[in-house]
Amino acid sequence: MKAVITVLGKDSVGILAKVSSACAEEGVNIIEVTQSVMQDLFAMIMLADIKDSKIPLDELKKKLDKVGEEMGMKVHVMHEDIFNSMHKI
Amino acid sequence: MIETKDILETINMIENEHLDVRTVTMGISLLDCIDSDIDKACDKVYDKICRYAKDLVKTAEDISKEYGIPIINKRIAVTPIAMLASVCQTQKITKFAKVLDKAAQELGVDFIGGYSALVEKGFASGDYALIESIPEALSITNKVCSSVNIGSTKAGINMDAVKMMGKIVKESAELTKDRQCIGAAKLVVFCNAVQDNPFMAGAFHGVGEADCVINVGVSGPGVVRAALAKAQDCDITGVADLVKKTAFKITRMGQLVAQEASKRLSVPFGIVDLSLAPTPAVGDSVAYILEEMGLEVCGCHGTTAALALLNDAVKKGGVMASSHVGGLSGAFIPVSEDAGMIHAAKTGALDITKLEAMTAVCSVGLDMIVVPGDITPETISAIIADEAAIGMVNTKTTAVRIIPAIGMEAGDELNFGGLLGYGPVMPIRYGDPTKFVNRGGRIPAPLQALKN
Repeated sequence: MKAVITVLGKDSVGILAKVSSACAEEGVNIIEVTQSVMQDLFAMIMLADIKDSKIPLDELKKKLDKVGEEMGMKVHVMHEDIFNSMHKI
Repeated sequence: MIETKDILETINMIENEHLDVRTVTMGISLLDCIDSDIDKACDKVYDKICRYAKDLVKTAEDISKEYGIPIINKRIAVTPIAMLASVCQTQKITKFAKVLDKAAQELGVDFIGGYSALVEKGFASGDYALIESIPEALSITNKVCSSVNIGSTKAGINMDAVKMMGKIVKESAELTKDRQCIGAAKLVVFCNAVQDNPFMAGAFHGVGEADCVINVGVSGPGVVRAALAKAQDCDITGVADLVKKTAFKITRMGQLVAQEASKRLSVPFGIVDLSLAPTPAVGDSVAYILEEMGLEVCGCHGTTAALALLNDAVKKGGVMASSHVGGLSGAFIPVSEDAGMIHAAKTGALDITKLEAMTAVCSVGLDMIVVPGDITPETISAIIADEAAIGMVNTKTTAVRIIPAIGMEAGDELNFGGLLGYGPVMPIRYGDPTKFVNRGGRIPAPLQALKN
């Protein structure tokens, strides 16, 4: 199962490092990362394989929420299927 | 990989535009709970509902967490209780309402629907007693919803039932006058009722349905409005296209939730209902979509055309997104549940006659309209008859859910709280239809019914 992790907010140093190390602690493997800055908004999107995750998805969500909060960023963790079903025929 | 803009669009829809799955509704057949001893029947009903739906709330919450989609309500719809009541040798039919309420309470679902009777062509045994018991049933329970089908394109309109329902609606409000007349807000009178509707208060589990099914109702007026706001000055064909595309995305999400819930609960997937269902939250309004199309205020001339376009485009967009579409599927216009409608009603831009016209092209009917408390049962019956006639002739579902605000008059306000919202008392038309209503009998099925 794959999850899409989205980090949104004001750009700052070390966002990728903090989010990816939090993922690594739980055995979540990051497969792909894209990031872009639109006006002032920084958006990083990661595709992560969570099949070997040590914790269930909602706990991972809480953990990353906290990481996001510390950086003043908003983090979303959502199942990949929702995007596939909404945006692909 | 999925494109960045698509991901951000979805997140924005959920975070800022109120995209949600309105309800996961489990339909449960109670036909095998029929017993001539009402207490035994009630025990069987309680056991079956609790057994089948024991994981409903938890499963819906798990899906909600896992996929990051809010699922607002979990509900249950059951076989019309009049069918169970028909074999019971008692007038204490309200025992069924109590047991439904108890099961709903136990399971933690938001509503349970099916305290219903289908009398479009006449009263079968049990129907009369059940309808008579509705006001009491709704006053002694919290989560039970009731509906009565009084007409259809195939059968015509049962004017005896129409007459009776005027009285029942009024009594339902009177018995709950200390609680904002909430009884009447949980009672719907239908023409062409559908058997797989997941939305309350009109959900029941039709007799043609499987033993147990999962139906899902999506929502998302806010998303459609936001999409239109971004489009700005496109022509009306562009508006329709945009609504279709948005409805497609919304429905895909509903389909995903429905399939997942069906798999996890090992219950067949029934339908996705494509309805745009507003909530009183600002930004989650069908009226604001119509205004976004270019109307100064919902209710002004042009509203019916705009709503017709919206209703049709929602269906066209949604129908390809789901393998089974059903229920009511269109745009709802419940006044008290829609911030834009509440505003329009308060300013006088939207009145009951305009709403009646709108119901000819929307997915249901006169919904959540607060009327003066001194309205006569005959006038309520006449409102029901008008609405049923629109449904019958246009081969569509129409419904009446009006709430007589006992002790109040035009300008006052009822507040139901939660998804049911609040609404001003709206004036009704002048004139007495008593003689017409008291004639009774049946309006014959229209020519449209003779299709074979």
